[in-house]
Amino acid sequence: MQKDNDILLLKGNEAIAHAAIRYGYDGFFGYPITPQSEILETLALLKPWETTGMVVLQSESEVASINMIYAGGGSGKCVLTSSSSVGVSLMQEVIPYMAICEVPGLIVSVQRGGPGLGTIQPSQSDYRQATCGGGNGDYHTIVLAPCSVQESCNMVGLAKELMMKWRTPVIILSDGSIGQMMEKCILPPYTPRRTDEEIRRQCPWATNGLGLKGRKPNVMTSLELDQALMEKRNRELQKKYARIQQEEVRAEHYHTEDAETLIVAFGSAARISMGAIDNLRQQGHKVGLLRPVTLWPFPEKEILELASRMKRIVVVELNEGQMLRDVQWASQFRCPIEFIGHSGGVIITPDEITRKISEMGKL
Amino acid sequence: MKTPSTLNTPNTPNNSEFSEYNLMDEKTIKSPQNIVYQKPRLMNDIPMHYCPGCGHSIVHKLVAEILDEMGIEEKTIGVCPVGCAVFAYRYLDIDWIEAAHGRAPACASALKRLWPEHLVFTYQGDGDLACIGTGETIQTLNRGENITVIFINNAIYGMTGGQMAPTTLMGMKTSTCPYGRQADLHGFPLKISDIAATLEGTCYVTRQAENTVGNIARAKKAIRQAFENSLQGRGSSLVEIVSTCSAGWKMTPVQSNQWLAENMLPYYPLGDLKNIKD
Repeated sequence: MQKDNDILLLKGNEAIAHAAIRYGYDGFFGYPITPQSEILETLALLKPWETTGMVVLQSESEVASINMIYAGGGSGKCVLTSSSSVGVSLMQEVIPYMAICEVPGLIVSVQRGGPGLGTIQPSQSDYRQATCGGGNGDYHTIVLAPCSVQESCNMVGLAKELMMKWRTPVIILSDGSIGQMMEKCILPPYTPRRTDEEIRRQCPWATNGLGLKGRKPNVMTSLELDQALMEKRNRELQKKYARIQQEEVRAEHYHTEDAETLIVAFGSAARISMGAIDNLRQQGHKVGLLRPVTLWPFPEKEILELASRMKRIVVVELNEGQMLRDVQWASQFRCPIEFIGHSGGVIITPDEITRKISEMGKL
Repeated sequence: MKTPSTLNTPNTPNNSEFSEYNLMDEKTIKSPQNIVYQKPRLMNDIPMHYCPGCGHSIVHKLVAEILDEMGIEEKTIGVCPVGCAVFAYRYLDIDWIEAAHGRAPACASALKRLWPEHLVFTYQGDGDLACIGTGETIQTLNRGENITVIFINNAIYGMTGGQMAPTTLMGMKTSTCPYGRQADLHGFPLKISDIAATLEGTCYVTRQAENTVGNIARAKKAIRQAFENSLQGRGSSLVEIVSTCSAGWKMTPVQSNQWLAENMLPYYPLGDLKNIKD
């Protein structure tokens, strides 16, 4: 018998698998792809179907995985899948169905270098794929960006809360370095999976037949041949997105109080930037970090407020400048904005960030 | 022919005006003991979008009747396809999930595993099941998911206006093979049920038709057996129903039924391809 609050040394991917079981998820459906296969492997090893009753299925493709999540979530179950860049591209087929049908579900995206097959090294080049849709139509997904193993674990719980609260797909946008690195991780206590009766009560919209004799049938469909009705559904969705933007923005500050230069970075780039900030502060540079924890909704107001009192913003990303556009837009160019990045699986070092910011000189 | 007086008419008031014919009022006619046929309880009372002579409405009715007879609508989940049957959810009063094109078996796999006590079935056409969704179909059946796949084979893409399907017969004309299907240009009509029968995961693979009253009765029996297999966890069941598409085939409903018998059935012969009962 495992003890509650076990503390283990885990990879980010493994932590996600443990967390899914402990947070009471009903099912995982996934297809192998580097660098995230440990999620499926760990679940297969832990055999949660014998303990919590959680279903684990290796699907035939990422296309099948996302359809499994769509159907499972649509029936009121709490389900997740995971993949990496090219695999997540395949999933774009059905994420829009989930958005418009308001189906909860978690997609863990452990990014590698692209485009195409690219590399298996860490990257953040799927920022736009995650935050700007990626599939067809006017939709968003909530995007959470962990920067540690512990946060990867915790976000599986947060994602469950958010996806059920807002009835929306949620993406955890990890990457090959967060997924593969090992750190101490405090695992959460076990939350029991919901009973059929709890699902019936909490998800009266779900397509599971429960209580059908006392209600109208539930149907999950994105199809609406009447264009006026389709627009109405779109407008309702936009209203929900506006509320999510009001209520769910999350960002973390590091030494921003007295900063004159602000680094904006997420996930592993933020983690690396923190090392650079410690170096730069020792050299007398007042540098701070704003780390968006939710990439959508994006912390626009905080960036605008910080841009108004900074001398410079430096966006650091493991891509060719994707979040950069959102930072430029949010800051309304109230200060100069620089970019430091690497792509294709090349990881930036704290020393490089330190050197480049030092070279930018005084403002 | 029966005269009205030979029908069972309990508590019929003695109405002198009509006593000569002993006519019944509407309530009496609709009393349970007089009903020999009615719209299935689980079918909605709305106009169908299907064309005259289309096979879908017949199979919808069979599914509705069987679910009612089995009394399992509170633990049934249907998965609709993309194609003409995309609106199946409008006509059958059960919970439905509409899958993306070809993905219904993947949806059903997850649903059955998450709701192991439920009846989970997909309802798919040939383009959906045997073309864009071939991967999902084969993999789901090969895993032996305890679901039923109802497969309507009318050898054409109906909803998009009559294009060539994987099941289109050799020489058959469609809007994307207007000179007839040719092997060198289009390959061969796919007998996906024959493939399904070779998979370890399937327990029941059968090919039925809906062109005659007798075939409809046999198709109903087959769907019922498939549903029972699914509930009893015997493995995957596939019921192919060779159907007409009078609009796509550009024929009258009567001609379609004849054409089906003369052209479809020789290539897609009816009967069980596999039936493991234990």
